[in-house]
Amino acid sequence: MLSEKLETAHGIYTQGEAPRNVSAEPKVEVRQLSAFYGKKQALYDIDLAIESNQVTAVIGPSGCGKSTLIRCLNRMHELVPDASVRGQVLLDGADIYGESLDPADIRRRIGMVFQKPNPFPNMSIADNVVAGLKLNGIRDKGRLEESAKRSLQRVYLWDEVKDELKRSGASLSGGQQQRLCIARALAIEPEVILMDEPCSALDPTATAKIEELITELKAQYTVVIVTHNMQQASRVADYTAFMYLGKLIEYDQTTAIFENPKEQLTERYITGKFG
Amino acid sequence: MKSRRFFMDKVLISLACLSVVIAIVPLASILYYVTVRGLPAINLDFFTKLPPIPVPGAVGGLGNAIQGTLILVGLAACIGLPFGVLSGVYISEYGRNFYGRTVRFLGDVLIGNPSIVVGILGFTLLVQPLHGDNLAAGVFALSVIMIPIVSITTAEALNLVPNSIREASAALGIRKWRTSLLVVSNAKSGVATGALLATARVMGESAPLILTIGISTQWYSGPTAPLASLTYYIYYFGTSGLQNWVDLAWGAAFLLIVMIIGINLAVRLLTRGRRAYA
Repeated sequence: MLSEKLETAHGIYTQGEAPRNVSAEPKVEVRQLSAFYGKKQALYDIDLAIESNQVTAVIGPSGCGKSTLIRCLNRMHELVPDASVRGQVLLDGADIYGESLDPADIRRRIGMVFQKPNPFPNMSIADNVVAGLKLNGIRDKGRLEESAKRSLQRVYLWDEVKDELKRSGASLSGGQQQRLCIARALAIEPEVILMDEPCSALDPTATAKIEELITELKAQYTVVIVTHNMQQASRVADYTAFMYLGKLIEYDQTTAIFENPKEQLTERYITGKFG
Repeated sequence: MKSRRFFMDKVLISLACLSVVIAIVPLASILYYVTVRGLPAINLDFFTKLPPIPVPGAVGGLGNAIQGTLILVGLAACIGLPFGVLSGVYISEYGRNFYGRTVRFLGDVLIGNPSIVVGILGFTLLVQPLHGDNLAAGVFALSVIMIPIVSITTAEALNLVPNSIREASAALGIRKWRTSLLVVSNAKSGVATGALLATARVMGESAPLILTIGISTQWYSGPTAPLASLTYYIYYFGTSGLQNWVDLAWGAAFLLIVMIIGINLAVRLLTRGRRAYA
């Protein structure tokens, strides 16, 4: 099943066609989502429609639940002991929390990039990129090499590492490691990419590269990025959601949020009155 | 000014150094005496011949005991290591719940369990029903001793692997069991260290062997027959009062120590230059 999906995805990519998901329906729709850590509630009845092939930013002060929210979008939240979720998350109209679904399948369709770059330290650069394919059972060497090359090219890392693909992924700089992690997420050809503060451990130059990359990725993927950096949200995002104390306060086009917020709380946050 | 603190500092450092010397003296003297008394007994006959008859001047070796120890420890490792590693994986990767914590607690208790008690277990389960000492009972006892050691050291090694690796793997849609293998491969030198140390530990066991595998003056003769071992021969020949037997017991002690030091050196080599959590 995965391989079929990869074939089509590769086909579309190599033909250089336009976005593969053009529809009026939201790619991901969050309905009445609440999340808990044990008895402690972290999210309260979130409703959010994430548009296909757009970048959606989630902003808000520390501890407001923005990381929890995106971790609910690919069922990573439930990996935390005692964590639980109530509500629905629809991917192309189907609930990812549906009874018969395997979280692993969901996570292949909705990839994730973490705050701290986390390449597999015992794998080479090339093996890191194709880890998702290999550990999901794809053995064809030519195909793996091709996928590694294409994914590294897509994050502009290929030219920097092409002569040392056998080196450990951990030997790269922080910014390169993060691009490696993005390449690793892209290699399994997900439909949605979640990024949890992907630049917070990086210097400004590396941050600029990643932001540029995010803007390019939306041609093919739906991107959701959590950031504590409002400038970053205004630079990369088409839509922005503002969260506070586990609630979604306001969600609109980024320009509207930053130039003409409807909620007083949003305005106070983006003008730096609290945070 | 030379203060009281300066004085206390010197006193405590001196005490610490003195303790080190006191701790090392017995260890060094054991190594010294075992080498001085045991090394002369080591020759080709020692490895290839059967034990001599109890007559002054009779010559022989402990070939059967060396063979027996290798077979016994080898088989015990074949059973104990897989069970130990897998239960360690369970404790660390799947056991974040009541069952996992219970297994972990039992493992800790079993590590402190006197090995003679395990010997009694082997005696009851395998010696009595088979009407006599036998290799299977010995293998059983030693693998029971190994399992909790390997299990706990494996769990500890896996616990040191950062959670970000598990998350990275899960986020790629990699299934739980495959993720667990990835975690193990990131901690393999830690897991191997535990396995080797547990092997070295049971190699030196003697109490459970007296109750299970017994002793034999012959070569290996089947899984349900008794079998010779170095540790039992150290006890048997060492307390015999016969000069040629006592000499062989020293030789056996020397060989055993060399083997255990060898395993520990292998551990050192394995863990040299390892990553913080490997």
